[in-house]
Amino acid sequence: MDVLRAINLGISVNGKKVLENINIYIQKGQTIALFGPNGSGKSSLISSIIGNPKYRVYDGRILFKGEDITTLPTDERVRKGLGIGFQTPPKVSGVKLRDVLQYCAKIGKREEKIEDYIDFLNMGGLVERNVNDGFSGGEVKRSELLQLLLLNPDFVMLDEPDSGVDLENIALIGEAMRELLERDKPAEERTKSGLIITHTGNILKYVDADYGMILHKGRIGCIGNPYTILESISKDGYEGCVRKCLKYPDLMQNQNQNQTQGQSQNRK
Amino acid sequence: MELDPKSRTASFLQIDQDVKLSSTISKDVEVLGIKKALKKYEWLKDYIWKLVDRNKDEYTKFADSEDVNGYFIRALPGAKVDVPVEACLYLKTKGWKQKVHNIIIAEEGSELNIISGCASHPGVTSGMHVGISEFYVKKNAKLTFTMIHSWDSDIEVRPRSATRVEENGVFISNYILMNPVKIVQAYPAAFLEGKNSKAIFSSVIVALEKTIADLGSKVVLIGENSGAEIISRTISKGGDVIARGHISGNSPGVKGHLECRGLMLSEEGSIYAIPELEAKYPNVDLSHEAAIGKIAEEEIFYLMARGLTKDEATAAIIRGFMDLDIKGLPEALKREIDKAISMVEKEITA
Repeated sequence: MDVLRAINLGISVNGKKVLENINIYIQKGQTIALFGPNGSGKSSLISSIIGNPKYRVYDGRILFKGEDITTLPTDERVRKGLGIGFQTPPKVSGVKLRDVLQYCAKIGKREEKIEDYIDFLNMGGLVERNVNDGFSGGEVKRSELLQLLLLNPDFVMLDEPDSGVDLENIALIGEAMRELLERDKPAEERTKSGLIITHTGNILKYVDADYGMILHKGRIGCIGNPYTILESISKDGYEGCVRKCLKYPDLMQNQNQNQTQGQSQNRK
Repeated sequence: MELDPKSRTASFLQIDQDVKLSSTISKDVEVLGIKKALKKYEWLKDYIWKLVDRNKDEYTKFADSEDVNGYFIRALPGAKVDVPVEACLYLKTKGWKQKVHNIIIAEEGSELNIISGCASHPGVTSGMHVGISEFYVKKNAKLTFTMIHSWDSDIEVRPRSATRVEENGVFISNYILMNPVKIVQAYPAAFLEGKNSKAIFSSVIVALEKTIADLGSKVVLIGENSGAEIISRTISKGGDVIARGHISGNSPGVKGHLECRGLMLSEEGSIYAIPELEAKYPNVDLSHEAAIGKIAEEEIFYLMARGLTKDEATAAIIRGFMDLDIKGLPEALKREIDKAISMVEKEITA
């Protein structure tokens, strides 16, 4: 069953087109790594999926669990089971992290797990502070994951969850992501899906992904084994990798791929 | 008004011009009508009209009359009174011009909390309240005065207050305005005469449509190492606010900080912040920050991404803005302030 589907999606910001003809298809239990150079539109893509009003859908549709959510406000999408972890979330003055955690846990029906997850992410000293107020890079990311663990979304998008995080924290963040995406469960038991934006791919050492995808110049350029793609990017660059992918479409595929997986319908 | 002895040490109620109730449960605190007190204590003549100039303006002159009433509250030397004293000034007759003169004394080494509610009877839409208050914080004493104003749309409110703080004394003033009012105009002053004395003025001001709130505080740092903080949070939803603040440093080692933050929630109305600092001595440390803005869209969006509706997100941010987290505020007072804030929340997020 597909969890998320973007059909011919086109996004503009302040009247300028930033994404066009995007087609994505993500199944229940799947985690996708999304690669792409700076400015390729990765953050724009997940911002539009979560419904940030700055990102206008000028074309296409977004379906979540079969339902068209293209025009729904963000909070309704979240209550239906979408989640997002921001790369650089704002400081929210006067609102304590604990209060936000309570909201999240209520929606995720995980109220009894609040304290456990606070301990798990080592956030005990920060929950009485205003959200992101004076948090370090690692603390911001841990706070995002803590909120998401309590929100318990069916499909979660994470924007550079490891950027600005030291080595010690990366392992913990990786662990939290595995919990969030049920990566420690056997594949057939997983019910959670995700899209992880990663620039360097570092985080994939701590949490595995089923597929990799390149977003290049506003379009999906490549889909396949995330580790093969990553290797190709580091060897040939994004452009080279996308070209190779178009030329030899089977090269990047997972060996055990025998069912319809995430696919791009806009290969040139 | 609370009359439960567990939540109030003493109570005072004045309706229009008449003192209806003045009762004391604690022997450490004295609460009387000002007329009675002036008769009882001859020495009070050294306190009345000593901090506020009776000829200051037409309102002080108006209050300087035979039929003035008000309260006299005094914590005896060394008394520590945690449970607050409640003083309530109530306007019941439409069009009435209420005159009040209050004297509050925290004697040496005492600690006193007062919660003062000034309100008008439902339906009494017009009238006037002129209140003179003189506060005396003696050596090593601490006085916390919390005032919650809830008037009506056509009432004119002109408090005139001043405070004198002696050595090591602390004066904490909290002011909350939540309801509409025609005009409330006050500019209380504190004279920190003693060494190491302190004053903290915190106010939360919500100006709804057709409200004019011209409010602020002035602190004169006279004693060596005295210090002051003036903090205000103002919200305009259609009303006009002038948020004043003035700290004057007149002796060595003094420290003062002024902070005005304003939030504009509607296209109507205005906020005008006037922070003033004045130094009359080289070794002073005075600072101020002022900022006026609207609620950041990205903060609302962030909370919506955690499942809060737009209204819930807005309310959470406004609530956070108004929460001054006043240190050392007794629980009972904190509850009163929270209550006042949640009552107005609905109104301003609508």
